[in-house]
Amino acid sequence: MSTPRAVPVHELVRGLGLTVFNPDANLNRPITTVDINRPGLALAGYLRYHAAERIQLLGRTELSFLRGMDSREQALRVFAFCSYEQTPCVVVTRGEAPPESLLREASSRGLPVLGTTHVTTRAASVISTFLEERLAPETLVHGVLVDVYGIGILITGSSGIGKSETALELIKRGHRLVADDAVIIRQVSDNTLVGSAPALLQYLLEIRGLGVLNAMTLFGAGAVRTHKKLAMVVHLEAWRDDVAYDRLGIDEQTVRILDTELPSLTIPVRPGRNLAVIIEVAAMNHRLKRIGFNAAQQFSEQLADAIEEQMDPD
Amino acid sequence: MVEQTVTLKNRNGLHARPAALLVQTASKQSCKIWIRKGDKEVDAKSILGVMSLAVGAGETITLKADGAGEEAALRALVELIESGLGEA
Repeated sequence: MSTPRAVPVHELVRGLGLTVFNPDANLNRPITTVDINRPGLALAGYLRYHAAERIQLLGRTELSFLRGMDSREQALRVFAFCSYEQTPCVVVTRGEAPPESLLREASSRGLPVLGTTHVTTRAASVISTFLEERLAPETLVHGVLVDVYGIGILITGSSGIGKSETALELIKRGHRLVADDAVIIRQVSDNTLVGSAPALLQYLLEIRGLGVLNAMTLFGAGAVRTHKKLAMVVHLEAWRDDVAYDRLGIDEQTVRILDTELPSLTIPVRPGRNLAVIIEVAAMNHRLKRIGFNAAQQFSEQLADAIEEQMDPD
Repeated sequence: MVEQTVTLKNRNGLHARPAALLVQTASKQSCKIWIRKGDKEVDAKSILGVMSLAVGAGETITLKADGAGEEAALRALVELIESGLGEA
């Protein structure tokens, strides 16, 4: 369940405090890409590869180019430029006013013409940062997100298995809570997922028998984080005697969240198993593997050497 | 898997106490149950998850149950919501 990837133009206007030169234009046009186009070539008449679906950013270069044309030519170019229905909006930078002909043509097409006081490169970066955040695919998962030794671990498992209790124990051991019960996960870039709590649930933790607790007021600001990059998933499940759990840890399992594969572990839960310690060790082991030390792999190689030696005594 | 859409009648919406009652009832069921509002879907057995939906009066939510006893579980929850979650 990911959110539709589009931001209406009015949200961009509100989010960045942009000026709207033609308020009667269609401010509900959807922005579907974070890419931005500087339409210099399009205004020069080259429209074969015009990226019309992007926000069109007009800086000093484009504006002075337009102004330098005679009025017939300008009208012609502006007519073609504004004719694309997929263009979400035009943004004029440096607090400049859009040329009269552009504003007239855009208004008749319902194309919003916006303004910002930023210089063009700055405007481009502000707009793309805003859009990247809004257009990132997002999903809500049931689980607990904790930061253990700097490793973002998503603890999943069915209700009542002990996710929140494990998180509580981890907090007591000096680790940090990001979100309990519901975790918003966003794909901020290729292979990077960032989790956070829904605004209403920030810092909250629910423990059966105690109720809803605030981890920040109880344990201090050092016990919580607002967001954290996900590094691995730990799935808790009730111990079943008929299931073969991983005994070596040589093969790495993964789970897919949005478009990213994350390493995952399945930890069977049984009374007397200290899950917090197991998760701490899982985090440390994950770090070791990243550094390049894989205990299971190394052991397996040593064992293979030992067997080879036995079979070949001289 | 079964699902049903219901409208929340409670005047003040699904605030803490009715949400707790809903979650308690859901937790007694052995099947999996989810609640969906708009494009957000949460585990109905999780109090924080359910409260994060912030369901207002008159809003519709969809209940979904999957597993043993799903029909009965869904019926029990729909009845509970329609009866006003101990409030009306």
